[in-house]
Amino acid sequence: MYTTTLICLPLFGALAVLLLPAPKKWVGSLALFFSLAELALWISGLTRFDFGSASIQFEQRHSWISDLGISYHVGLFSFSIWLVGLTAVVMTAAIAYALWSGRERANAYYALMLFLTAAIVCVFTAQDLILFYVAYEAMMIPLYVLIGVWGGAGRLRATFKFVAYTLAGSLLMFATIIIYGLSHGFDLTTATTSGNVWLFLGFAAAFTVKAPLFPLHGWLADAYRESPAEVSAVLSGVVSKVAVFGFLRIALTQFPHPTHDLRTLFLALSAIGLVYGSLLAFRAPDIRGVVAYSSLAQMSLIGLGVFSQNELALSGSVLQMVNHGLISAALFLLAGVIELRTSTGALKRLGGMARGRPILASLIVSIGVISLAVPGSNAFAGELMILAGAFQRGWGWAVPGLVGMVLAAMYMLRLISAVLHREVGEAVPKKAPDVRPAELGVIGALLLAMLALSVWPAAISKHSFACLDKTQAVSTNNSTPAQFGLACVPGQSSATTGRAQ
Amino acid sequence: MRTRPIERNNGAGTVIKTPTLDWLALAPSLALAAAMLVSLMSAVLVPERFRKNVAWAACLAGYAGAFAAAAILFDRSSKAHTVIASSLFRDRYGALAAMVVAGVGLLTALVYYGERSSTDRFGERFALLASAGGGMIFFAQSANLLTLFLGLEWFSISLYVLCALERERPEAIEAGFKYLIVGGFSSAILVFGSAFVYGATGTLNLAQIAGKVPSGNLLLLTGLAMILTGFAFKASVAPFHAWTPDVYQGAPTPVTGFMAGATKAVALVVALRVLAVSFPDQEHLWTTAAAVLAVASLVVGNLGALVQRDLKRMLAYSSISHAGFLLLAVTAASSLGTRALLFYLIPYGAASVGVFALAALHERELGEPASLDNLAGFGWRRPLSGIALWIFMLSFAGFPLTGGFIGKVYVFAAAYQAGWTWLLIVGAVATLVSLGYYLAVVRAIYMHPGPDEKAGTDSAPPTSDRLLSGAVFVAVVVTVGSFFATQPLIDLAKHAASQLPF
Repeated sequence: MYTTTLICLPLFGALAVLLLPAPKKWVGSLALFFSLAELALWISGLTRFDFGSASIQFEQRHSWISDLGISYHVGLFSFSIWLVGLTAVVMTAAIAYALWSGRERANAYYALMLFLTAAIVCVFTAQDLILFYVAYEAMMIPLYVLIGVWGGAGRLRATFKFVAYTLAGSLLMFATIIIYGLSHGFDLTTATTSGNVWLFLGFAAAFTVKAPLFPLHGWLADAYRESPAEVSAVLSGVVSKVAVFGFLRIALTQFPHPTHDLRTLFLALSAIGLVYGSLLAFRAPDIRGVVAYSSLAQMSLIGLGVFSQNELALSGSVLQMVNHGLISAALFLLAGVIELRTSTGALKRLGGMARGRPILASLIVSIGVISLAVPGSNAFAGELMILAGAFQRGWGWAVPGLVGMVLAAMYMLRLISAVLHREVGEAVPKKAPDVRPAELGVIGALLLAMLALSVWPAAISKHSFACLDKTQAVSTNNSTPAQFGLACVPGQSSATTGRAQ
Repeated sequence: MRTRPIERNNGAGTVIKTPTLDWLALAPSLALAAAMLVSLMSAVLVPERFRKNVAWAACLAGYAGAFAAAAILFDRSSKAHTVIASSLFRDRYGALAAMVVAGVGLLTALVYYGERSSTDRFGERFALLASAGGGMIFFAQSANLLTLFLGLEWFSISLYVLCALERERPEAIEAGFKYLIVGGFSSAILVFGSAFVYGATGTLNLAQIAGKVPSGNLLLLTGLAMILTGFAFKASVAPFHAWTPDVYQGAPTPVTGFMAGATKAVALVVALRVLAVSFPDQEHLWTTAAAVLAVASLVVGNLGALVQRDLKRMLAYSSISHAGFLLLAVTAASSLGTRALLFYLIPYGAASVGVFALAALHERELGEPASLDNLAGFGWRRPLSGIALWIFMLSFAGFPLTGGFIGKVYVFAAAYQAGWTWLLIVGAVATLVSLGYYLAVVRAIYMHPGPDEKAGTDSAPPTSDRLLSGAVFVAVVVTVGSFFATQPLIDLAKHAASQLPF
């Protein structure tokens, strides 16, 4: 019942917000109330969650399309609860930011944001492939309108690209799910594994588009640039994590052999994406471009961790997913704050904003420094674990990781200096105020979450794949890929049918 | 077959069998036939002030009665058999089709009430609408090629006239005339095919055609091909679709919704029944033919719809593509495929009526045909109608949170289980293309600045039509409800499908 409440609360909120006949301040406040309630609900679940257990928790199951064996089946694993938490935190921040910046057509706007929250939470908790797909596609409904209606000048082009890419991927996945589900079962906890490379690629393509990983990232820059700042924050902070979750929960667990066989391909794509994205971020002419391409680089780094397929790298990936979610959300919100004052994001026309604006400078510098993984930060912990894991897979894979870290320092410092230091830019009005308390509350809260994770990254990394400890003997032996991924997910290790030719 | 021999005392001692009438099996059609009579007589007998209301109430009551009768028939036909000298089936398959037709007709009657007319032809309007529904139900239940043709002509002729009823509008005359010519031609092909089948097998009875002659009999195969062609015309399956865009565009908008939701439904339901009951030996042939027709419809429908600006024309092409998706269920030639077909029709029928109701609303407001250009800003001007239109588009596209999604899952699953994996891929690609034009509607109503925003003034408050809004609301409930509460509908489809010989 808990998980269903977690999904339905924002949905109910969306309906309430849609129908509330009140000024936009009140509508936004109601939406914020619902997202805070969701956050509180998540925390209450966190306290009751048994991290020692490897099995699915807060499980609920209800027959849905009985004819095809499809059910409404939800539950939480120790790594997915953190992703739900990330969703709750980032969505709350986004809604609070939107409330502060006063979006027009408030009823529709906040209702869509809450609907999006419900859809994302449902993706992270779905244990049935059709339910997963439903939630995965349901995310597109609000995103399409949020970008298309409230976005910037080039929004129609951006939505078209975004929708064309993601729907091409997800419809391929739809066909794949039907084929896979009818032969192996739709329920993820009982479905047997498959050795079919094509089915694996059907899933992998959809997730590669959504993450995005190189070379299917064509939609990324436009969508991240044209969305409202808080929608960009959600897109890069949470929606991209859905793809990695898909890799973890479906691609790796249900397709152990294809994952093993194609591991090198995906490691290579991730490595290319990491270096390429970092270079693009270094060359990007505007703030959002830098953050967008750094997001591509970071997602590639996480991909590197996922496809290294050992406990260290996988735990690091989950930690880094949460880290990057918080960081990129905060950076996009900061980009919004700056754009609001200067009405441009072009780095050429910015500069010198640190003078007289200490809070803005502190926020940008501290979040920027965390994002380039300075030792002691949560991002450092995550990246180190991923690199160490990748090193275990083969020392060569750690090299692009290191290059990426160096490049991250370069593009982030370039961003910081271009915005804060140097001459005062032509687009920066003298009277542009410092960060207002409301903005500080939103971004500061995200920063606090990052700092908390910097102090105790093990909260996430230690338990996310705790179950792997029990299969440690197997997992250190790289020649048995079938045990990999979520060996702990019920039915996975035992139900392996082997290579189905 | 329950027949009662009656001795006629005419000296020669011949025995004439008169069939027993199964009134319940006939009840849905009869309810609508009665409604037709009342509506038609009201045009003559009822004073002009009350004429519209009386005719409309009769039509509405006819559809409500037909729906109720079909539901009772469904409940009491757990064992399928033929009645009235083997001319009609009394089974759940036909009863479910009758329920879909009656439901679509009921909503259409609600929408049609407010449709403006330059002349007073309300009696004829509602009489024809009731008559078309009655014919469709009779057609859906038909058990031999003669009653099948009778039902087909019954509803087709009603629809020809209904399309052309507004004869002051040249488009209406064009639509009616085109529909008449092409429809008449397709009926001729169907009846010609029936004659071939009769020539080969010596029977018109659907159940007795199977197995009469070797499956390769050329006469029988020619008949099969021609019957299939006749159905394809009625269901607007490519390449027999050419009439669809013009007729859909020219017909009164509520009637278009009725044709999209009901005509296509019965044409495909009956086609599947004829193929399954009469031609089981030729399954490998007609499944292949259906696959080819499905691909053709998906290609023509989706590519055609992409370039349309007129909403009704676009939806006409979309209905061609839906015929393609429905044919995927036919290609499966299985019980699962039958269930998929029946399930698909429920949200599809609801969304069809709903979307044409909204188109009608928009037309009445503007006084010109709805197009993607003049829909700009519709979603902000009429928030609830905008959401409804959005939901219908998503359902057509088979997007989650609408029944269209479940229908698509079902149809794809059926096609895959029957071994048509490549058709599944074609279907997925077609869905992707279809999103291009369905989302174009969403883009138009929300993302393009409407006339008010451009002018910066508030326009007059939108006109309201409670009956139409009610119909749209019911359509939304069915469309969304068939996503969440699938079990009752699955049970309906399961019971109905189990009575076909797969």
